[in-house]
Amino acid sequence: MKCRVCGGNAVINLKAYNNALCARDFISFLENRVLKTIQRYRLISDEDRPLVAVSGGKDSLSLWYILNRLGYTSEGIYIDLGIEGYSSLSLDKVKSMADMLQRKVYIFHLMETLGKGIDSLSRIIKRSTCSACGMIKRYIMNRVCMDRGYNVIITGHNLDDEASALLGNILYWKDEYLWKKGLELKETEGHLSKKVKPLFLCSEREMAAYAILKEIDYVRDECPFSVDAKSLVYKDILNRIEESSPGTKLQFLKGYLKVSRTIKAQRKKEDIDYCPICGYPASGGICSFCRIMERFGIEGGIKFDEYKPVGLST
Amino acid sequence: MIVEIDGKTIAVEKVPNVMRLMEKLSINKEAYLVIVNDRLVTEDYRLNKDDSVKLIKVVSGG
Ligand code: SF4
Ligand SMILES: [Zn+2]
Ligand SMILES: [Zn+2]
Repeated sequence: MKCRVCGGNAVINLKAYNNALCARDFISFLENRVLKTIQRYRLISDEDRPLVAVSGGKDSLSLWYILNRLGYTSEGIYIDLGIEGYSSLSLDKVKSMADMLQRKVYIFHLMETLGKGIDSLSRIIKRSTCSACGMIKRYIMNRVCMDRGYNVIITGHNLDDEASALLGNILYWKDEYLWKKGLELKETEGHLSKKVKPLFLCSEREMAAYAILKEIDYVRDECPFSVDAKSLVYKDILNRIEESSPGTKLQFLKGYLKVSRTIKAQRKKEDIDYCPICGYPASGGICSFCRIMERFGIEGGIKFDEYKPVGLST
Repeated sequence: MIVEIDGKTIAVEKVPNVMRLMEKLSINKEAYLVIVNDRLVTEDYRLNKDDSVKLIKVVSGG
């Protein structure tokens, strides 16, 4: 197969775009899509102080790399969930990227804070591991922004993550979440920082190809708790549809963006309550995170480690 | 020919190209990338018997 741009050897066939590209042209094609997404949907502006949530996986590491290449200078936050054999390996990958980009990364260690990893914590608070993990991650991402003066949190959610989550919300008609998804979550002054997903229109396959071509060293192993994640079943189903009708996933999400804009505009703003201790949005009283801190008898602020690459002065 | 998939090595009867290999192993083309002799290739890539072939899963859970 030949590259549609330069006629060289193609390394990837993109049926959704009816396109085939060589390494160099694919890299600019993808970076350009990220740039266009940021600009078109006004995800990040020049005055923003953004922070990238990095997990050590292909999506967030590539995103961190791309943003810095596109001129969106950004530092990182890594949340160490204390998962044996997985968290420390992921952190190593994050640190190597920090070294390469010469950017600082904040690190939150769940184990050092609570004396428990996510596995035991989830059992104590009687939630599934992934639900506890999601709650902690959302809280910490927001908290580091509030505490350290960042106003936008950037996550590496890709097209497949979003399409599978949307499918799940539709299958069970989770009306309370269904229309809240999208490229960005608006900020609430003093409580919640803005959250954006510049990879919303980039598929998992494209992101993996980018990481391979750019020789980005990411964790190949999966989180041990992901094996029975429902999202894998949804992703598989969507990929089977995609194989027979290329472009379906992209249309599914683009259609959602259009429809949800109208629906969001029609709906009344809900009243939100805030946690009296930390100010995080919470329905009725103290937020889940502060309740955990109380339960473990931990007072005072949250500690973030900082990893600064050698040679970085600020 | 020898093929590495998800870190495991398996022996597969010779097939003419990457597309056939993926069909033979019932692998979804959206879910995997194929690397031959350390280079990313498209489905029409013609396979030789000494090629080193790696199938890399791109889907992650969680
Ligand atoms: S699979 Fe579950 S526990 Fe593991 S990182 Fe993802 S959400 Fe957290
Ligand atoms: Zn080209
Ligand atoms: Zn709170």
